[in-house]
Amino acid sequence: MSSRSAVSVEPAVLARRARDRRWPPAVPLAVVMALVLCALLAPVLAPHSPVEGSLGERLAPPLGLEGSKPGHLLGTDRHGRDTLSRLLYGARISLAVSVVGITLTGAGGGIIGLLAGFFGGWVDTLLMRLADISLSLPGILIAVLLSVVFEPSFTNVIIVVVFLLWPSYARLTRGETLGLKQQEFVALARIAGCSSTRIMFRHIVPNLTPSILVLATLHVGYVIVLEAALSFLGVGIPPPTPSWGVMVADGRGLIEQAWWVSILPGIAILVTVLSLNILGDWVRDRLDPKLRQV
Amino acid sequence: MSSAASLLEVRDLVKHFRVGGGLFGSLPGVVRAVDGVSFEIRRGETLGLVGESGCGKTTTGRCILQLERPTSGQIVFEGRDLTVLSEDELRPIRRKMQVIFQDPYSSLNPRMTVGQIIAEPLAVHGIVADRTQRAQRVSELLSHVGLLPQHGHRYPHQLSGGQRQRVGIARALAVEPSLIVCDEPVSALDVSIQAQIINLLEDLQAQFGLTYLFVAHDLSVVRHISDRVAVMYLGKIVEITDRKSLYDIPLHPYTKALLSAVPIPDPELEAQRERVVLGGEVPSPLNPPPGCVFHPRCPIAVDRCRVEVPALREIRPGHRAACLLA
Repeated sequence: MSSRSAVSVEPAVLARRARDRRWPPAVPLAVVMALVLCALLAPVLAPHSPVEGSLGERLAPPLGLEGSKPGHLLGTDRHGRDTLSRLLYGARISLAVSVVGITLTGAGGGIIGLLAGFFGGWVDTLLMRLADISLSLPGILIAVLLSVVFEPSFTNVIIVVVFLLWPSYARLTRGETLGLKQQEFVALARIAGCSSTRIMFRHIVPNLTPSILVLATLHVGYVIVLEAALSFLGVGIPPPTPSWGVMVADGRGLIEQAWWVSILPGIAILVTVLSLNILGDWVRDRLDPKLRQV
Repeated sequence: MSSAASLLEVRDLVKHFRVGGGLFGSLPGVVRAVDGVSFEIRRGETLGLVGESGCGKTTTGRCILQLERPTSGQIVFEGRDLTVLSEDELRPIRRKMQVIFQDPYSSLNPRMTVGQIIAEPLAVHGIVADRTQRAQRVSELLSHVGLLPQHGHRYPHQLSGGQRQRVGIARALAVEPSLIVCDEPVSALDVSIQAQIINLLEDLQAQFGLTYLFVAHDLSVVRHISDRVAVMYLGKIVEITDRKSLYDIPLHPYTKALLSAVPIPDPELEAQRERVVLGGEVPSPLNPPPGCVFHPRCPIAVDRCRVEVPALREIRPGHRAACLLA
């Protein structure tokens, strides 16, 4: 290959990549939109009740397999509950927990890290020691304590998610802020007469968003599974309300006789996390002026 | 010393940085980055501040701008001592003092357009409150520095180093300052671009009556732009005078060595050029030598230099040097 051809190809390739980036990637976007619709319209779409089953139809395999029962497209679990209906209703809990939990944690932890990194000194010491304390307490213990004190609820799950994840965001943004603070454009903003608040939100935060977005998309899968663990411990959403994590946990013991009970919600989690990751990358690129140019 | 014409007066500026003193091992120490520097800049002139890396010239600039709070000393700007003012009290004064940094890459926020970058000081100081007027002013500033109004919509990464430096200059000009600290404004640029930027700075000085503190390590650039020149070595000023005297009759042995290191762009003259080659390295500002800080490397040092600290004294009218033997 001659270097000349490589050079002549590059601008065209770059332009095409830039065009590709202008619109969100179609498949992941469709998947996420479909999921949101399913969650919203679960009562309309679901063929059966997600919480009541008939024991006569327990462990029916998906349609098309031997022994399947008509009306149960994706089979049933050991209580005879329809898997498809449970998946649709489960999307509500799983998506709500991850969206609400991660938004709150990202914003809260991010701001704490920003303040610690920007002001330094005792503010930094205080906030980062709090983060260390938060990390050193076992999340499960907090979850169990919460379950003793409060009724199991959605709010409890969010509290535990925030408690477990905020130190990651705080440490990430603190580190990035320390680096950005040394950049000359921050000194110039100071000389231009900007207040600390303006410097933080106008000059530092826009440069922090890419890393926060990446971390947030990585956390989606973690939070869905965490919610399952919490529900299993009786802290989360009280049964029989389905969530994907709970469904995976339920089907674990049955994997040899009835794989669909756990594999299907597993696939749902996988597809969601993958789509959100790709979409997150796209948003990050769109926010970066260097990649936005055509 | 102080005259009505002086815009900025730096008196006995000292900036020490504490280092070390960690949990394990390292003993705490003090880096004497700037150690008793005094000079004044008159309205409308350019003072060149030269010295090698680590001599404290950048720290001096940052102390003047109050980006670093000095350990002691005074910075009197337009008759007010800045070192005693709070951040809020400084804000109106910051309008009058701007800076151009060395690195045109880290000095512009990558997430703001050139227009937003230049408009920011105008908005923050409430100089031009109206949006459309602000856009008008931005294109005016862009044309002052030789850029086109369209450049206002670009992001910094879409510009070349020289163009970025012009954006930095436009931003500094936006608030109509009286003093601009130029911290190595051309040392990150190609030689051809350096000349353009230097000429631009000179044109703007004539047009807006600006005063420059020009910090650099390049002696030929400083010679071109400065009215007076101060030479720094290890946190102290060793010689300060007008440009002509400094380049024609340098008094301090360090200045002589520096000047002898400038190559001559003529092979025959270059071959005959006499060089004063200094032995050794610059001593650490953590542990500066006693007496004259330059004595370990000085070709003419005598015993006295090892014990006595030379004061910056007037040796010829308007020509001060800190050497016992001058």
